[in-house]
Amino acid sequence: MAAIDVNGKSYEVDEEGYLVNLAEWDEDVGKVLAEGEKIEMTPNHWEVVNFLRDYYNEFQIAPAVRVLTKAIGKKLGPEKGNSQYLYELFPYGPAKQACKIAGLPKPTGCI
Amino acid sequence: MGEGTVKKIMYVNRKAPYGTIYALESLEVVLIAAAFDQDVSLVFMDDGVYQLKKGHQTKGIEVKNFQPTYRALDDYDVNKLYVEKEALEARGLSEADMCVPVEVKSAAEIGKLMEEQDVLLSF
Amino acid sequence: MLHIVNKSPLERNTLDSCLAAAQSGAAVLLIEDGVYAATRGNAAESKLRSASERLEIYVLAPDLEARGMGASLTEGVKPVDYAGFVDLVVKHKNCQSWL
Repeated sequence: MAAIDVNGKSYEVDEEGYLVNLAEWDEDVGKVLAEGEKIEMTPNHWEVVNFLRDYYNEFQIAPAVRVLTKAIGKKLGPEKGNSQYLYELFPYGPAKQACKIAGLPKPTGCI
Repeated sequence: MGEGTVKKIMYVNRKAPYGTIYALESLEVVLIAAAFDQDVSLVFMDDGVYQLKKGHQTKGIEVKNFQPTYRALDDYDVNKLYVEKEALEARGLSEADMCVPVEVKSAAEIGKLMEEQDVLLSF
Repeated sequence: MLHIVNKSPLERNTLDSCLAAAQSGAAVLLIEDGVYAATRGNAAESKLRSASERLEIYVLAPDLEARGMGASLTEGVKPVDYAGFVDLVVKHKNCQSWL
């Protein structure tokens, strides 16, 4: 099993780089996971990542990108609830990359 | 996807949760297939009604509690959920025990809905 | 439509669930352990006989024979082979397997 190093502590990740134990996540872990995705985290990035963590806590799933877009629009406004905005933040797939940074499993139905 | 290709798809859930993997598998298939924008409905018959019985607490059996996920179905535009009346009665349950909004229908009414489907998937 | 039942009526309530939902004129095919319902003397016999008045009941003969029950088939139930099974699936608009 692969692992990443954060502040001298080792965290297990799966073969695709997703954190194995989501309870271990904190912002520092998120930052290191983001570096692996070559993403420089801004407040806008964190807003999506935190939204995903809240969604996961409530529904026990990482939403598909279509659902994520709609739900973000509902909560943060239409200028953020569209795929162009989300793909600008996470160019390799908002659901996939943001979930990874959020320490969540790969979204159900993510192809 | 064009209007003409929309199919009526019904998921038939008849097993209790946790004892077997059917309930979780069904839910995952529903979520994955929701990407295809079809006319989806879920029915819960027999022990399947236990899947929606409020208040699952799975900590003690160290299994993921997937009940909260039923509440996400609406986000996936899956909002036709039917529960068998006779099955509720035989288990001392009522609509108020269900964790999400459902429509209670008799077995015969559900059978009639089955006739209208293009595809039925059984779990 | 076609309903398929594959569990013994003495082990599971699958047949009852199927018969409660099936609309008049529908077809019911009994396969695997479901075939026991279509044998004389089985506790489900009378239930099946009355169901056969409003439903078409079929049984997969190879499954019946495999269980030594070929000679006990209840009257009114039509035996089919595997080709007949396929014909039933093709003939009906949709199909529900009562697992």
